[in-house]
Amino acid sequence: MNAQEMHTDSAGELRELYRELILDHARSPRHFGKLPHATHSAEGINPLCGDKLKLYLDVDDARNIRSACFEGSGCAISVASASLLTDTVIGLSEEEALAWFTAVTTRLTHSDPAEQISSLDIGKLKALEGVREFPSRVKCATLAWHALRSALQQRPTPVSTE
Amino acid sequence: MTQLRQNIKVTVAIGDYRQDFPALQQDINGHPLVYLDSAASAQQPASVIDAVAQYQRTDHANVHRGVHTLSHRATDAYEQARDKLRAFINAASRTEIVLTSGTTESINLVAQSYCRPRIGSDDRVLITHLEHHSNIVPWQLVCEQTGAELLVAPMDSRGQLDLEKLYELMTDKVKILAIAHVSNALGTINPVQEIIARARALDIPVLVDGAQGVPHMAIDVQALDCDFYAFSGHKMFGPTGTGVLYARESLLDSMPPYKGGGDMILEVSFKGTTYNELPYKFEAGTPNISGVIGLGVAVDYLQSVGLANIAEYEQQLFAYMSKRLTDVDGIRLIGTAANQASVQSFMLGDIHPHDLGTILDHQGVAIRTGHHCAMPVMDYFGIPGTARASLALYNNVDDVDRLIDALEQARKLFA
Repeated sequence: MNAQEMHTDSAGELRELYRELILDHARSPRHFGKLPHATHSAEGINPLCGDKLKLYLDVDDARNIRSACFEGSGCAISVASASLLTDTVIGLSEEEALAWFTAVTTRLTHSDPAEQISSLDIGKLKALEGVREFPSRVKCATLAWHALRSALQQRPTPVSTE
Repeated sequence: MTQLRQNIKVTVAIGDYRQDFPALQQDINGHPLVYLDSAASAQQPASVIDAVAQYQRTDHANVHRGVHTLSHRATDAYEQARDKLRAFINAASRTEIVLTSGTTESINLVAQSYCRPRIGSDDRVLITHLEHHSNIVPWQLVCEQTGAELLVAPMDSRGQLDLEKLYELMTDKVKILAIAHVSNALGTINPVQEIIARARALDIPVLVDGAQGVPHMAIDVQALDCDFYAFSGHKMFGPTGTGVLYARESLLDSMPPYKGGGDMILEVSFKGTTYNELPYKFEAGTPNISGVIGLGVAVDYLQSVGLANIAEYEQQLFAYMSKRLTDVDGIRLIGTAANQASVQSFMLGDIHPHDLGTILDHQGVAIRTGHHCAMPVMDYFGIPGTARASLALYNNVDDVDRLIDALEQARKLFA
């Protein structure tokens, strides 16, 4: 591979990481802000880069997620992932949301289908798969999802990726 | 470009030192490595790497213990490194050079062994807003342990200390002032000479965190007249896990040991222990022998280049980098002190520093991103972190140009 090809390849990987959908959600995060009547919430902190977000859920008596919001600051990957998360989990049952947690987090860490422990189609969340080539960024992409699990399990302390 | 180069000329030629550093001779993501993260950890010259390897191959044994040949060799090389370090910072005596694992351990040693027995709930410990966590947390711990109050001298929006306020805080209740020589996050060079003079007039002992000072300028602890000077080997082209606490002999004499163990004793019985002489009283356990020997060679290396030459070259290259950074659309420099080491923090538009770090790495440019272990500094500026480019003697104009090109790429990607 000559330098030019390597350069192109390298730029291609970057484009894979920062796909238009990711940049769009990072620039204009959906459901951004506090949720006034949240029944569940959890903080997620990534000390490496200072990503810090708080996820709010409104879960009804039938354990369905009526609404989801997040606030905080972070890199494009962590904000986009949180934004996509809120888009995804609204309307899901708790159980379904936890299935998404498993599907997304394994999907972002394993490229081999045989290693996928979930067969759930993660749809547009596939846009985050570019992080597989960037080991230091996987934690950014999974931060909000860990906060989701923590909120649903009502863990008292903030989750950390470290 | 040409015009810029004409405006800021890097006229000092200190030689092509880049070739001395094996790690810099590689491609990263298809591009020759541009290493702009020396403030986090500097690369090591081949002479340091070779000295460590040679020691491991032929001279390794424990120090200060055996009567056999290898133990003598190891001890001699280890103690020679101490002598080199003494000369490097012009300490009066080798007994004042305590070898530690790094700046962090050096500061903790002073906090626990010097400060803790001396202070009570009426006393105060004085630090500044621009300190690294390693010059904050050890003092918070000692304040928690003793009930003393931790005072923080403020800085201004350029990242410079407010000296008037600092001096106002220097009362007779202050039992120690701990201050960075150079801020790792902002590059600010504090006027430590003036501050120490002021403190001495009030009998306030001063610890200088020199982690970011030693790589950039010649240090003379006697001229500075500080009581403690702490620094790390790996910021000055030596191995990690090495460092120095310089302390006045009279103070070391008055301090109890920090850690107990082998090597720091003269005689041990179950009735009690007689401590070893200085500096060994503070060096319990088998030390980082190979690392210290490597650090001694790093001192040789720095002195062969010349600290004054390094300072002059870095300042010129830094002026060039500042000018070129300022011309990047959307750049915001964080830390613009009048007197600044070759370290520059910045933000680019609304791109998160962590994204910037990944994009630059993909173009072979290594910078530091994040809070730089200085969260109070980030809070002051209301930002989660910064991108930081730091220059060392092995960087050049091309490195700066590659940084600027990479930033332009990032800007386009996020446009």
